[in-house]
Amino acid sequence: MASDGGVSCLRRSEMMSVGIGGIDSPPLDVDEVHVLAVDDSLVDRIVIERLLRITSCKVTAVDSGWRALEFLGIDNEKASAELDESSSFRQVPVVIMSSENVITRIDRCLEEGAEDFLLKPVKLADVKRLRNYLARDVKHSNGNKRKLPKDSPPLTLSPDSSDSSPPRSTLSPDSSDSSPPPSTLSPDSSDSSSPPLSPVEIFSSPLLSPLDDEVDDVLTSSPESTPSLVRRQKMRSPGLD
Amino acid sequence: MDTLVAQLQRQFRDYTISLYHQGFLDDQFTELKKLQDECSPDFVAEVVSLFFEDCEKLIGNMARALDQTGNVDFSLVGSSVHQLKGSSSSVGAKRVKGLCVTFKECCDSQSFEGCVRCLQQVDIEYKSLKAKLQDLFNLEQQIVQAGGRIPQVDI
Repeated sequence: MASDGGVSCLRRSEMMSVGIGGIDSPPLDVDEVHVLAVDDSLVDRIVIERLLRITSCKVTAVDSGWRALEFLGIDNEKASAELDESSSFRQVPVVIMSSENVITRIDRCLEEGAEDFLLKPVKLADVKRLRNYLARDVKHSNGNKRKLPKDSPPLTLSPDSSDSSPPRSTLSPDSSDSSPPPSTLSPDSSDSSSPPLSPVEIFSSPLLSPLDDEVDDVLTSSPESTPSLVRRQKMRSPGLD
Repeated sequence: MDTLVAQLQRQFRDYTISLYHQGFLDDQFTELKKLQDECSPDFVAEVVSLFFEDCEKLIGNMARALDQTGNVDFSLVGSSVHQLKGSSSSVGAKRVKGLCVTFKECCDSQSFEGCVRCLQQVDIEYKSLKAKLQDLFNLEQQIVQAGGRIPQVDI
């Protein structure tokens, strides 16, 4: 459903501390960003992948939230423990991409810790802008950027405004129905394009709620250090290059 | 004196402009062109090819859903329309995207006739775009084969 997606970034140090599996790929430069792009639409995956590569990001594109978690080596059964103990994933910036231009939804995404919100169709200028400040943020990351579910009411980035169920964080330890099915992939057995370092996550709404019909793509990125006001200002630029 | 290359380039330029002016393409197609370079010289052709495959698949889904006489699942049709709207938007297929908006409304109001009509239009429209883009890519090829460079067209 929906053609929404996301991107997330992790820094090398963060990935190491989370114990993500063997690094088979050559080490990235300190400034290099690895983006995990999640989108259920193949066309959109190809486009976002190209957009990110052109802006010098390393990209891994997956088609669902389940695969995103597999890639990150998050075992669903251990999710609670892993997410509580490690602050690294909390530092992963998340950027949401959606075709739905609803300010209340956008605000909610940002309030719950999304780094940015890109309106689809995504343009090169949007990704360049994102790339610039993500690189800065990743560099200056100073921990704990996103509220943990236990710190705040759970958030579901549900596009359905009539949905009255409480929101749930994408990386919520709360393994209720919106969580991915149990994954048997441990970090060591993750695939050869193993996460590397500094992934920024860009997410799609399928991760959050498969039944939503306007799911957004998510980009997760590094911990955000900008206040929400600035984030709002960073929303979709008017196509300036 | 007008060389073959110059003639082809002019044809290419005119054709490109007409596709935009007639509403087949919008600025997102221009954005895709920005992503094409020497390292990815066929990027646009590859993406639109995937898009057309997507069209075929989604239209098939919609047709099947609408075929369930008396038991049409309009939300299923609607979700396929939503996906098609998304991908058409991502490649700059302006008319297809516009039709999807109308189509979605028909799904939401559960209008069977409306949906059938929209489905037919979407089918015609994507095939029409496919043919036109093929012509455009052929022109590009001819320019390159004649030793020329593909001109940048400012819309």
